[in-house]
Amino acid sequence: MNEHVSLVVNGVPREVDVEPRRLLVQLLREDLDLTGTHIGCDTSQCGTCTVHVDGKAVKSCTMLAVQADGSRVTTIEGMATAEGLHPLQAAFWEHHGLQCGFCTPGMIMAAADLLGRSTEPSDDEIRHAIEGNFCRCTGYQNIVAAIRAAAAAMRTGDAVPSGAVQGGAA
Amino acid sequence: MTADMLGQRVKRTEDQRLITGKGRYVDDIKLQSMAHMAILRSPYAHANIRSIDTSLAKAMPGVLDVMVGADVPYNPLPMAWPAGGSAGLQNNVNMPRALATDGVKWTGEGVAAVTAETPEQALDALEAIVVDWEPLAAVVDAEKATQSGAPQLHENAPNNEVFTWTVGDRDGTDAAIRDAEVVVRQRIVNQRLIPNPMETRGDIGLYNPGTDEYTIWMSSQTPHIQRILLAIFVMGIPEHKVRCISPDVGGAFGTKIFTYADYVLVLLASKRLGGRAVKWIEGRRENYQSTIHGRDHITYLEIAGKRDGEITGLRVKTYANLGGRLSTIGPGIPTTLYARVLSGCYKIPAVFAEVTGVYTNTVFVDAYRGAGRPEATYVVERAMDLFADEIGMDHAAIRRKNFIPPDQFPYENPSGLGTASGGAKIYIDSGNYEPALNKALVMSGYLDAEAARAEARKRGKYLGFGLSSYLEVCGVAPSKWIGAVGEGWGAAMWESSNIKVHLTGKVVVTMGTQPQGQGHETTYAQVVGHELGLPIEDIVVQHSDTQGTPFGYGSYGSRTSSVGMTAAIKAAGKIREKARRYAAHMLEASPDDIEVDGATYSVKGSPDKKKTLQEIAFALDLAFDAPEGMEPYLDETAYHDTPNCTWPFGTHVAVVEIDEATGHVDLVKYVAVDDVGNKINPMIVDGQLHGGIAQGVGQALWEGAVYGDDGQLLSGSMLDYALPRASWFPPLELDETVTPSPVNPIGVKGVGEAGAIASTAAVANAVNDALRPLGIRHVDMPLTPQSVWKAMQAAKGGRA
Repeated sequence: MNEHVSLVVNGVPREVDVEPRRLLVQLLREDLDLTGTHIGCDTSQCGTCTVHVDGKAVKSCTMLAVQADGSRVTTIEGMATAEGLHPLQAAFWEHHGLQCGFCTPGMIMAAADLLGRSTEPSDDEIRHAIEGNFCRCTGYQNIVAAIRAAAAAMRTGDAVPSGAVQGGAA
Repeated sequence: MTADMLGQRVKRTEDQRLITGKGRYVDDIKLQSMAHMAILRSPYAHANIRSIDTSLAKAMPGVLDVMVGADVPYNPLPMAWPAGGSAGLQNNVNMPRALATDGVKWTGEGVAAVTAETPEQALDALEAIVVDWEPLAAVVDAEKATQSGAPQLHENAPNNEVFTWTVGDRDGTDAAIRDAEVVVRQRIVNQRLIPNPMETRGDIGLYNPGTDEYTIWMSSQTPHIQRILLAIFVMGIPEHKVRCISPDVGGAFGTKIFTYADYVLVLLASKRLGGRAVKWIEGRRENYQSTIHGRDHITYLEIAGKRDGEITGLRVKTYANLGGRLSTIGPGIPTTLYARVLSGCYKIPAVFAEVTGVYTNTVFVDAYRGAGRPEATYVVERAMDLFADEIGMDHAAIRRKNFIPPDQFPYENPSGLGTASGGAKIYIDSGNYEPALNKALVMSGYLDAEAARAEARKRGKYLGFGLSSYLEVCGVAPSKWIGAVGEGWGAAMWESSNIKVHLTGKVVVTMGTQPQGQGHETTYAQVVGHELGLPIEDIVVQHSDTQGTPFGYGSYGSRTSSVGMTAAIKAAGKIREKARRYAAHMLEASPDDIEVDGATYSVKGSPDKKKTLQEIAFALDLAFDAPEGMEPYLDETAYHDTPNCTWPFGTHVAVVEIDEATGHVDLVKYVAVDDVGNKINPMIVDGQLHGGIAQGVGQALWEGAVYGDDGQLLSGSMLDYALPRASWFPPLELDETVTPSPVNPIGVKGVGEAGAIASTAAVANAVNDALRPLGIRHVDMPLTPQSVWKAMQAAKGGRA
């Protein structure tokens, strides 16, 4: 017996019928084809599935899809706007905050939650804020640098300071 | 003039898709009418299968097919790298099958596969399969498995021995140890690790009944090799009927080099379903149970030398745990990639190693970041400290005294990489070890160590400095050497690249290597842009599909920058040469009179008479006016067999503080001075070092795969395995020396594994250094509060 779920994802109202056991991450990936939200474990440890539900970072594997009924969900696909990349996206790019990219969407969503609460976090605060998100490629160093740079850019409204000499594509 | 981006911190081309959620990993791919597979795994570490009843599962909702071992009409999965290779050494080989038929050898070995309409239905049906098990006694420890009375895994492997392989100068080393002024002996354990790429493995199989062709999307480091192994060695079908595609790969660290059972199962399931696509995605707990693990050595080391610190001999006996059956190159790791580089960056005149590969009731062990070289570095770097402590010498001084001097390169490695028949040799290409050591000592505060120790003691802490002067070998080669000693995976080790300059001057580069996060789409563009005088925006780099890329061996062993990039440079050279000849035709000059400056081809002495590469490509690709004998199009392929390996090196220094009350180890400072030769993109190099260091630190302090004596994987999920988190690390401080490699035209050495090779020993040495005032000589990893506290209590004569 399927359940009906109404929710707003990245600003767009969506109506989905799901099995009661379906997780929010499965709804996003399988029913809405928003595959930027990843699945990296089965014990809610890795954080690659992190999205925002009603403005707060949530591991979308810890929530049933039916629990998101009536919620506003933001995924990595909803972070950039017509004006361009979110400062965190720009900062991860500038500061080589990603390698394989698998943890990146969840890491950016967790960091966005932090920067919503704290405009000038210390490195310690940044490291603690992303404790629920594993990265196996970067040793976290450039992720911390990217979040620090994004915080600065969001405070001043300026572009993200460059960590590289030149853009790749676009 | 286009800015030359070689050597610059260029932002990565691939990031745009990855930061916006538009990456395409295998689980992001949906094909029409796609079915889903789940695999039933053994709950026992060692058991016979009396019977399997799948009738209930077959009747479950949505179930399309259930397979057991007897349904798989193929050969076992290949083992392509026996110890000793063509030297004729007996390897008691037992290879896994796609599904076990003769019982199981580890918890997690696959015994049945269900294909259903949805992943949930497939998982549900696993519960309905009834297996009548006959459990057997298990053994998980490699040393114990070789002792009499241990449970036996395979009839053809008495005492669970896969092989006993030796390398080096046995008599000379025996004599060095017998005659030495000082000999230090220690048993050390290099514990088993779970590699943990953030993306687990997964694949989609698609059989086309109309053409009899098989396509597989796989999260793999080696699509070309997998095509050969699957087609010829496992399935017995023509090579050209298989196509392997690796989309974005979410990290690999070695785990995705190998041939796995699921590759075979999704292709067979698709065929059995008449050509429906079949997807299998590995769960994380499945990944822990059934994808390869790394390390797992027990080693008895003996280091001999003089009272002045000169090391005269190193003798090692290692038990290497290879798991319940052999993975694709399992035996090659603790032999060629470990024992042949045991002497590291030191001039040790006599080295001998004996390695016993062992079957145990654990999942197979194969290459994990560094693969043999971290284990070797751990042995020699612990040995140097132990010897120095025995004779009362400074840890930096003993390294300095024994370094291979800079005027002795190319240097023939005494532990065996130089010795080969057939005239081919591998030698250490270039090196200058002392400057990196000196820089690291200054940066880390080592020179004021005693003051720092005293200050820490006032705060109830034991402070320690740990040095690791490592030597890595990258880009294993040449093929002639591999052929001569038989120590390759039955294959050569060259690389390939194709470059096409299309009509509008835009360039497509394809390659045989296969990225997993290293940024090859950027670095190849930097190199080819440098060679052809083009901006990197005009170059797209494609890879990872056996249909559309030249054959290549893939990416592992830090080989892409040295071997793969050189193939691209050669292909670019061919493009330049053909463009020069056509420019000469266009400008009515002799090819010898054409000068090339970036993308401009001009007539010597008449700089106004010139054509750009774009103009040349446009004309030659149309070929309205091609001269006699010249083929249309700028399209060139090159294959490159590198003449030698490359040998990065450096010194890392870790500083730790240990809490005297709890044994908690705090990594307070980490300094890495690495020499990886020239750099294509220093930003990417730094990132590779950061990640490698973090993985190595993880081994030293936290990580460990733990099997119970009954063979149950106790560290069986991310809840139980201590994968490092961001707050556990201090900022890593990097610096460099630059000693270009003479092996390739851009002088690069490789960097993918260096961090992981160096850092484990640095941190372990630091912890043991901190514990020295308590009279503690050696504590095995991981150096958790529990193990450190126990050692401290025992040293104090208390109850541990």
